[in-house]
Amino acid sequence: MASGVKPRVKVPKSAAAGSAITIKTLISHKMESGRRKDADGNLIPRSIINRFTAEFNGQSVIEVMMEPSISTNPFFEFDATVPEAGEFKFTWYDDDGDVYEATKPIAMA
Amino acid sequence: MIMKNKSLKSTLGAAVTLAAMTLGTSAAFAETNLDKTLVINGETAIVTRAPAAAHLEGALDEVFSGWIFRKDETQTAQMDDFDNPGMIFVDIAQDAWDTVAGTEGKSCASCHGDVSESMAGVKATYPKWREDGGLVRSIDMEINNCRTTRMGAEPYKLTGGKMTAMNALITLQSRGMPVNVAVDGPAQSMWEQGKELYYTKTGQLEMSCANCHEDNYDLHIRADHLSQGQINGFPVYRLKNAKLNSVHARFKGCVRDTRAETYKPGSQEFLALELYVASRGNGLSVEGPSIRN
Repeated sequence: MASGVKPRVKVPKSAAAGSAITIKTLISHKMESGRRKDADGNLIPRSIINRFTAEFNGQSVIEVMMEPSISTNPFFEFDATVPEAGEFKFTWYDDDGDVYEATKPIAMA
Repeated sequence: MIMKNKSLKSTLGAAVTLAAMTLGTSAAFAETNLDKTLVINGETAIVTRAPAAAHLEGALDEVFSGWIFRKDETQTAQMDDFDNPGMIFVDIAQDAWDTVAGTEGKSCASCHGDVSESMAGVKATYPKWREDGGLVRSIDMEINNCRTTRMGAEPYKLTGGKMTAMNALITLQSRGMPVNVAVDGPAQSMWEQGKELYYTKTGQLEMSCANCHEDNYDLHIRADHLSQGQINGFPVYRLKNAKLNSVHARFKGCVRDTRAETYKPGSQEFLALELYVASRGNGLSVEGPSIRN
């Protein structure tokens, strides 16, 4: 597992049914591009988060494919319409096969 | 001792005018909104402009946080801790705070407990004179002093990531409180030394701190919008290098830009300068970890 990886999400605790809410997500990750060289001139292997998904009650909200040019600690902010109370599930997929997950419940206001 | 170089000011002014003509736009010189207010997370109000401390009489009437001089996007990012990348490092330091290190089997928490209680208000008065040891210490020096004398651990590298993160964690506990660094008492001689350095021209460009940050703040030096060089926002997350930056590392960068051989981070010279520059921000809020360009 890459070191220092920690997912963070910010979701309102409650929302009115059918309203759009703003979700912010950030995962700390070094996002090594695979293009850089170390002090000895050897290529540092690529190590990035290559995919990010958000689901609400099992339904896909957003899916993002990430490429090596994305900077360290990728941050995503997006809106989602919430039809009912439920749970958001966020998943990040690492090049090394690791999967990081976070969930956030949301209630109806 | 105060050396105001009027000829330099006019040279800079001419350069700015020339740049404006070349670009054919005045957009880069939009009026700075000095009245803009900073509230973090909708709850912590930050003082970003304040009457200058008494010791600045004749030099500055009012002091401004560097936040004032940044672009809208950068300013906005600092209003929500989730958007502030500096907070990632605070998280990392919180883990380090609770982790045992060194031969004594202690963590920071072993002695200091909950950081939000033990470190509240600490940053606001640093650097300051410490009777136990009879010297002026910065927060960074306190951290390493703890690590080496109490924990039996290796000191952090002064400008390294672990140090800036720990400094940020401690600084955060004082966020919103007024900077209140003592300029008299036993620290006064070092403060005087720092003041001397602030007004001393260095390097091939023969520029002092004051030439940019006192005589010409709010003007542009090529693409840079000059601030007053206040350090109330340190450690700062800089967009240019995507990490937290320490005060001494910033000093080093500035002195290097005057094309001088710089003092070393951790040197007595930079400690004196840190003490003096911190005192120039007395009255502003502790703002770190802040975001700058």
